[in-house]
Amino acid sequence: MANKRNTSKPAIMITGAAGALAQQVIKRLREQFKVIAVDFREQVYLSDDIASYRIDVNKRGFEDIFRKHDIKTVVHLGRMIASEENRMRRYNSNVIGSHRLLDLCHKYGISKVIVLSTYHVYGANAYNPALIDESAPLKAAELTMDLIDSVELENLANIYLWRYPDLNITVLRPCNIVGPGVKNTISTLLSSQYTPVLAGFSPMMQFIHIDDMADAIALTVVKTKGGIYNVATDDWVAYQDALTSSACRKVPILSVPPVLPRAISSLLRLKTFPSYLLNYFKYPVVLDGSLFNNTFGFKPQYSLNEIFRYYRSMKS
Amino acid sequence: MKVRSLLKRVLVPGDLDAQLDAIEKPVGSLGYDPWGFNVDTNKIAVALFKPIFEKYFRVEVRGIENVPADGPVLLTGNHSGQLPIDGTLIAYALATRQPHPRLPRAMIERFFPTVPYLGNLLNQMGGVLGDPVNCSKMLSRNEAVIVFPEGIRGSGKLYRERYQLKRFGNGFMYLSMQHNAPIVPVGVVGCEETIPAIANIAPLARMLGIPYVPVALPLILPAKVILNFGEPMQFDQKECSEEEVTRRVDSVKAEISKLIDKGLQEREGLF
Repeated sequence: MANKRNTSKPAIMITGAAGALAQQVIKRLREQFKVIAVDFREQVYLSDDIASYRIDVNKRGFEDIFRKHDIKTVVHLGRMIASEENRMRRYNSNVIGSHRLLDLCHKYGISKVIVLSTYHVYGANAYNPALIDESAPLKAAELTMDLIDSVELENLANIYLWRYPDLNITVLRPCNIVGPGVKNTISTLLSSQYTPVLAGFSPMMQFIHIDDMADAIALTVVKTKGGIYNVATDDWVAYQDALTSSACRKVPILSVPPVLPRAISSLLRLKTFPSYLLNYFKYPVVLDGSLFNNTFGFKPQYSLNEIFRYYRSMKS
Repeated sequence: MKVRSLLKRVLVPGDLDAQLDAIEKPVGSLGYDPWGFNVDTNKIAVALFKPIFEKYFRVEVRGIENVPADGPVLLTGNHSGQLPIDGTLIAYALATRQPHPRLPRAMIERFFPTVPYLGNLLNQMGGVLGDPVNCSKMLSRNEAVIVFPEGIRGSGKLYRERYQLKRFGNGFMYLSMQHNAPIVPVGVVGCEETIPAIANIAPLARMLGIPYVPVALPLILPAKVILNFGEPMQFDQKECSEEEVTRRVDSVKAEISKLIDKGLQEREGLF
């Protein structure tokens, strides 16, 4: 019965399906779409009516999924975050893997591709203006080779966006995604009892709840408006205040000269506070999300207080 | 946050708290705006600055009613005194103006965000990195913005060059035209005498990565300050040549020059 129901629905592939965000997106789309879940880390069981694959995009067998299912839309959430693995693995997965995925999307006539990027691409620079819009230059690669993959992924998406307009590529650059199940750098820091800070620096940050982000992605699936969009809330808080609100104890690290915190981070192998991301805890990258909000009629539901309450409750 | 709340409770009197609360400010749920302005830190700064404004510099303010009660506006003045005291005095004068107080934003030197503690503190008080994109976004949000078109050429000048206006950048004029924001010229007299510098150790400044290292007394002198606000100047929004923009900038510069002369005539003594 379930299969019969599925045959009438358009098929949608969601990569990175084992992640918390992907699962929230699947929850929102499974009624309308036949979901094909893909993840290279593990095979996720979601329900009998959801086909699930554990496969690396770079493997030959990945194309079989396109052959087997008449996929119309691809939501590419399967990107390694900046604090995961090493530079080369991230490059292979995020750039080479995404290149292959986009090629396959073109080959199999996919009519909509959504690519999850990150606000990291703008780079954390002392001279950043606030409310950065989508036309701002991507300066992340200027800071460190460790963020090259993020910028290259965007460049790829841009090339395909203009070369193959039929793909209707939508690139989303979200601010910090946080909330239950999120295991990215900032969420891990907010979950920690003791959290490093750079002494004397508390940049402005934006946080979006995982449920709101899943709503945003679901909106881009339903409404076709290709392009590049920041996804951010119209609320701002200094990093150190966010930690206080999340009941974290701050551990200041000497910030001057700049080589000192980098050496401390490398020596202590701080996974959630890696040396190449330190500038994001020093200088602000504040996004202007108005283009996305106006184009898709998006309004985040979770307030900063609700977000931080979750992290506080984890510690009580 | 706890320290800030405590300081606010101790230092900010109830009437000032209510007065500043009455000023409309587009901040988020935790009292911050995108540039790092913080409602409570700003209140503490205003409360702490009251005796400095009234007793130390004995500031006399004239023509402040020329600043529109709302809408985008550029408060454009002469820059002097090594430290951004002039911007702070203009901001305080407008924040405590009765009626129609406003909390203007001062564009600060690009080197401040790199200084630990101070960079964030200036942002929380209302200072914003001096970037045209920031200024443009703030004007589109109907903010009053303080600009010093001389930049560090003005603030870092030596005592022997006092009250001589340096070259004005044209950026503020483009922003004024783009956002249809009137320019209110401000003549600041007195700040030149707060930290009189006799020389600038340029090599040391280069080594430290800061705009200048003045040779001056290690204290801020209690010079009497006079702020003269001129009539708002409105410029046509139609696109025009760089030459025409420069001509318009020169007209603002001339107005500021007149206001400085007026202040110098009104001043009865340096202190």
